[in-house]
Parts: sequence; C-alpha cells; structure tokens
Amino acid sequence: MIAAPKPDLITVNVDGRDVSVPKGTNVIEAARQVGVDVPYYCYHPKLSISGNCRMCLVEIGMPAVDPATKAPIMDPATGKQRINWIPRPQIGCATNASPGLHVRTQTPQIKDCREGVMEFLLVNHPLDCPICDQAGECKLQEQATGYGRGYSRYIEEKNVKPKRTRLGPRVTLDDERCILCSRCIRFCKEIAKDDVLGFVDRGSYSTLTCYPGRELANNYSLNTVDICPVGALTSTDFRFKMRVWFLKQTNSIDTESSVGANTVVWSREGVIHRITPRQNDAVNDTWMADSGRELYKAVRAADRLASCRIGSAEATLDSALLTAGTLLREAAGAVAVVGSGRSSVEEQFLTRRLAESLGTSAHLVSRTGPGDGLLISADRNPNVRGALVTGLISALPPSRLEALAAAIDAGKVRAVVSVGEDLAVAGLTAAQLAKIAVVYLGTHVNATSAAARVTFPTLTVFEKSGCFVNQQFRLQRFHKAVPGPVGAIDDLAALSKLIGAAGGSAPADLHAVWRELAPAVPALREVSLAGVPDSGLVLDSAPYAALPFVEGETLHYKPAAKA
Amino acid sequence: MAVVPLERKPLTFAERTYLPQIAEGLRTTWRHLVRPKTTLEYPEQRPAVPAGYRGVPTLVKDPNGREKCVSCQLCEFVCPPKAIRITPGGIAEDSAHAHVEKAPREFEIDMLRCIYCGMCQEVCPEEAIWLQSQYSMTGYSREEMVNNKARLYELGGTLPDEHFKWDHKKAAEERGGGHH
Ligand code: SF4
Ligand code: SF4
Ligand code: SF4
Ligand code: FES
Repeated sequence: MIAAPKPDLITVNVDGRDVSVPKGTNVIEAARQVGVDVPYYCYHPKLSISGNCRMCLVEIGMPAVDPATKAPIMDPATGKQRINWIPRPQIGCATNASPGLHVRTQTPQIKDCREGVMEFLLVNHPLDCPICDQAGECKLQEQATGYGRGYSRYIEEKNVKPKRTRLGPRVTLDDERCILCSRCIRFCKEIAKDDVLGFVDRGSYSTLTCYPGRELANNYSLNTVDICPVGALTSTDFRFKMRVWFLKQTNSIDTESSVGANTVVWSREGVIHRITPRQNDAVNDTWMADSGRELYKAVRAADRLASCRIGSAEATLDSALLTAGTLLREAAGAVAVVGSGRSSVEEQFLTRRLAESLGTSAHLVSRTGPGDGLLISADRNPNVRGALVTGLISALPPSRLEALAAAIDAGKVRAVVSVGEDLAVAGLTAAQLAKIAVVYLGTHVNATSAAARVTFPTLTVFEKSGCFVNQQFRLQRFHKAVPGPVGAIDDLAALSKLIGAAGGSAPADLHAVWRELAPAVPALREVSLAGVPDSGLVLDSAPYAALPFVEGETLHYKPAAKA
Repeated sequence: MAVVPLERKPLTFAERTYLPQIAEGLRTTWRHLVRPKTTLEYPEQRPAVPAGYRGVPTLVKDPNGREKCVSCQLCEFVCPPKAIRITPGGIAEDSAHAHVEKAPREFEIDMLRCIYCGMCQEVCPEEAIWLQSQYSMTGYSREEMVNNKARLYELGGTLPDEHFKWDHKKAAEERGGGHH
C-alpha cells in the first residue's frame, strides 16, 4: 500500500498545466487532478505498483540546469527554462512526482505506445464480449475504444486457455481473458493477507492459478473480481445473471458489522443482482467482505414477512394496530421495548419515543463475533453507536436480555414490543415468550414472529433510507434501492403508528423525523440529512470515550487505548 | 390575397348527353375484366415475400442445431419500444454446446410493442436474431402476442452460417492448439 501522502506539496507540469500535488503522488494521479486521463490496467491506488501492463506510458522531463553551475539553462526560442525530455517513454504509475517534473501525455510517441500496447494485449484476447460479464465495465473495452485499431492484423493463431477454472467457492476464472496485470495477486498478498494466487508458465502461456492444494476462499475473494480490469475473474454468484448496463446503482452501507463498509447496490426493476464496495478512503478503501455481498438474498427469501398478523392469522394494518394498542393498554406500566442495533438512527429515535410514550426505557442486545482485523469488526451490529447518539441507550448493550428475562419471570413485564430483534436469540426462553404479549416488527419469520400476538412486516436495509453510525462515530447514509414487498410497511411508519397507538405522536417519514431528531439529539443538532456527504460525517465521540467498546483494530480504525 | 373570379364554361352538347363519359367508364370496366388479376385471395393465397423483408423477429439455430443467441442482451438494450425481455443463463457443462457458456434461459418478444425496426438484427453480434418473412401476427389475448423462446425458435428455424466461430474454437481446444 502507498504510505499516506505527506502534506508538503510540490508542483509538476502535466501537458503544459501546473498542478500542486502531495509528494509521493504518481504521475497517473497527478494527471487525474488536471483532468488528464492516463490509461492504465495494472495500477491500483490501494495496491503496490507492479508496472507490468505498460499502458500508462508517458513522456517525462526535468528542467535543464547547467551541470557545473546549477544555473537554469534557458531556451532562447521560448524564453523559458529548457526541458530535458527523456527520449524513451516511462510508466506513469511508477514515476513519482518530483519538483518541476514535466509530463507529456498527448504526443505522437505516446499515442503510438498506447496503440501498440493495446494491440499486444488483444493478440490473445478472445472475442468474448457477448458472453463476458465484464462487458460494459471492462477497462480493455474502454481503452480499445480510445486506442484500439478496430481490426486485427494478427494472422497467427490465438491461444486457447481454460475457460472456467474454479479458483474458489465464489470466484471463477476465465484464463483466456486475463491480461496478467497481477492486481488480484497483489490484493491477496497485500490486503487479504492470504497469498494464494500466482502465475505459472511463461510468455503467452502464462496462467493465473492458485498455489497447489490451496484455493481462493478467503472472505475477501470477491474484491479480486472487482479489481480485475477485464472479465477474467468473475463472481460465480453474479455470472451470466444480468448485463451491468441495465443495473441501477444505489449507495448503501454494509450492515454486517460496525465497520459500515460503503457499498453500491445494483438492481434492475426492483430486483437486486449484486453488491459491490464503494470507495471511502476513511472507512473501507475500495474493499468489502464477501459475506456482505450475499445479504441481498434475504430480500426475496421465502420466509419474508409480507402481511400484518394477529396471532398467526393475516390481518389488515388497522386491525393489527388496534390489537397492538389494546395489548399495550392492557399491560400498561408493564411494557418493555426492545430496540435494535440494526435499526437506523431514525428508527432508533422513534423507538426511544415509543419507549417514552409507554413510560419505559428500551433494551438493546449486542451481537458479537470475532473481528477479522480488516472490514468485519467484533461488533456485528451496524448501529450501536447510533443507539447511544440518539439516547436510546446510555450504556453498551449486554449480549443477552437477562434483565428483561428476570422482569418477565417476576411478572413485572407482561408485554414486549420488539423492533426487529428475535427475542429467542436474544436470550428469552420459549416459556418466557409464551408468558408475555409480544408485538413484533420484523422482516423475516423467526421464533419471535411465531410467538408474537401482533406482527408488523417491515423493510430490509435495501428497501428504505436512513443513517447508521459506524465504529468511528461516522454518520453514513444508506438509500432505498428497491421497493419493499407488497404488504410490508416502512419501519418509521410502523413505529409512528405504534407510538400513536400508545397514545403519543411521531412523524412517519424520514425527513419529518429528521426535523424532530436534529433538535432533540445533541450530537446531531448541527446536522441535516441532506448535508451528510456520501463519505459520511464524523460525529463527536468524546462523550462516549469511556465506554468499553468491543471492537478490535480494523482497517482505518484503532480502538481507544484501554485505560 | 386577391380573389380572381373565374367564369364557368358552359357544357357542350356532347357533354350534356353524358354519353361520352359513360362510354369512357365502361371502357375502364371492360379493360379490367380482361386484364390479369392483381389482387390475392388472402388468406388462402399469400404474396411472395421479397428478400430482405423485415417481418416478425425470430431466433435462429446454426446448421448444427446450436442456438446462436448467447443472451448478450444487446438487442434488449437497443430495442426502441422495449419489446424484448431476456433471462440470461449459463449452459450446463455436460451440454454439447458447453464451450459457448451462455444462452438465454427465456427470451420474449412482445409483438404488441415491436415496431419491426430491425435494430435487434443489426446489433446482434452472433447473427442470432432475424426479421424474416413472417408478417402476420394475430392472437386473441395480449399473452398470445408475446413470442417466447420456444415460439421464436419455431418461427426462426435454421439459417446458414459463415463463421462457425464457436465450433472453430472448440476444435482448437480439443486439438490443444490455437485458432484464428
Ligand atoms: S485475473 Fe484479472 S486481475 Fe488477475 S492478473 Fe488476470 S487480468 Fe489481472
Ligand atoms: S424489430 Fe425493432 S421493435 Fe421489434 S423487437 Fe427488434 S428492435 Fe425491437
Ligand atoms: S439475439 Fe443476439 S443480440 Fe439478442 S441477446 Fe441473443 S445474441 Fe445478443
Ligand atoms: S499501470 Fe503503469 S505499467 Fe500498468
């Protein structure tokens, strides 16, 4: 990985325009800053430089000085300092900006270089675009449009290589398409720290493969598919499913853990086809875990709740609300609310309002697992920080609802409203569930929905908008990618109606909630929903510095030193 | 605009008898009675469709019976009225055409939407979709007017192939060598 750029700026000249860049920036990035596109394949901003594709060739030169006196040599024709151009082109990815460096990217020599490199890359590349999943987002297609010759001069025979090698459970390799850029190899070695890929054989016979007896099975393997500039590495799940140009992109957040990796959800006509990472240099760089890419499958799972229920019978929203209201009134004074670290900030705010209007406080349950030191943290709830910020809870949640269980056993709690938490998993026994009246808001069938007296079907993270607060106290927005199933109710609307049934009142849509949330929550007083940038907004974490958060170190996050 | 009054000419005697006009009319009638017929007893008789006619879009197979479409969805993308709807899919590894890897699982063309523009045929990189000589599409319901994959292949049949690009590739693979 490139070391964090030092703040001292130096000036370089790209195609006649001066640009100030931090020291250590390479020519590709410096050119990008003045809007000059230097084509490349093997370079990746988050990986080491290997310089093997030669697509990024540029001409470079330095201002001429007299070797003896170090005095600048002027060019009498222009009156400026003469530039000593290096006669042969250099690769831009491995050339770091140095003060006064001059770069030319538009000369006939560079054009020839690019066309030559393209022609060589295409020598053995199959004419696979009609059956290739990368078509539409393929660097080779893009650069061929700019620098290809449109017909082939190659009359020799093209190579034949294996077309569907299984590299691992989630990645399939088409060897013919590989341009040997080694991005995938470097990713496995440098980021995933699972050095399984390498090239065997030489020349045109070079082939990407796993080390003998190993496979590409780590939980970050699909990132190699993302960074493969061509269609060589394909996702076995997404393979041959849909052309990317039909897919709508929606910004979202990975809900697997409190890392809150930024993602893009790709959907067509209300059906999600894949999830890929979205670059956020302060959170997840350009990566995400494989496990987070599968979460969309819950959206169209067979056990999805899609209608209100009273007991096990389907009911209308109104009658379900009426029944819930009656249950809550009957148990007045003995109602508990269980919120969730998976709910959005807005939902947690309304959960707090619900608890307040019922005269109780909310319980929350933690969900932990081993952190992997990269993009999955030990806290598997995406939004425990949100619950702290919105005042839903004031201490870190326990891993089981023991206090609630004890209260139920003692008869002090006779009804529980659970906002998306499966109470059976959270530590209540079947006997305890049977003793109380459960009102459940949830997305899928589970033990709690089976035991619930009233169930409201709500939306998954892909079907609604809102915010999460990740482990860095970074407020991040997620957006609605697809509509929810017919019959499901937006969580905010359901909570608002429940608050109504409990005798309070609360707004039911995102923007209206924010109008009340911003003034009511100290940390968000200065924040507006529209003002949260795509890269998130870091909130003040000082008030919570003393809490013993469970997270260990992950990418871009270091836990506060334990006192 | 100036108005120019025109004087109507009085009819001649012959014109007032109407006889020349009647004779002329009868001449036309008789001429058509003896001329060769130009109309057809449609639908029993069908016109000969000229080559290059743009009729109903169909899917075709190559002379070896392989379905040529690889479900690249370019036709779906280009179709101006969005008449085409494809569900892509892979080809099973034990199939004789496994080397092509991809084929449509379902392919629907809504003939109530199709405007017979021929863009799909023009864009297809596999020469798999052809507007052929079939011109009459009728049905009693909207569903009947949607041609599914089976129907499209039934309408399309087999067309000659110049390239056999996939077969060449497979042969090279089996030979263990390269190909052009
Ligand atoms: S498989 Fe893709 S990323 Fe890996 S070396 Fe080949 S082209 Fe590069
Ligand atoms: S002929 Fe034109 S309108 Fe009809 S299916 Fe093809 S592209 Fe669509
Ligand atoms: S008919 Fe042709 S353009 Fe349409 S999906 Fe099949 S191969 Fe692609
Ligand atoms: S990007 Fe510079 S050599 Fe590949």
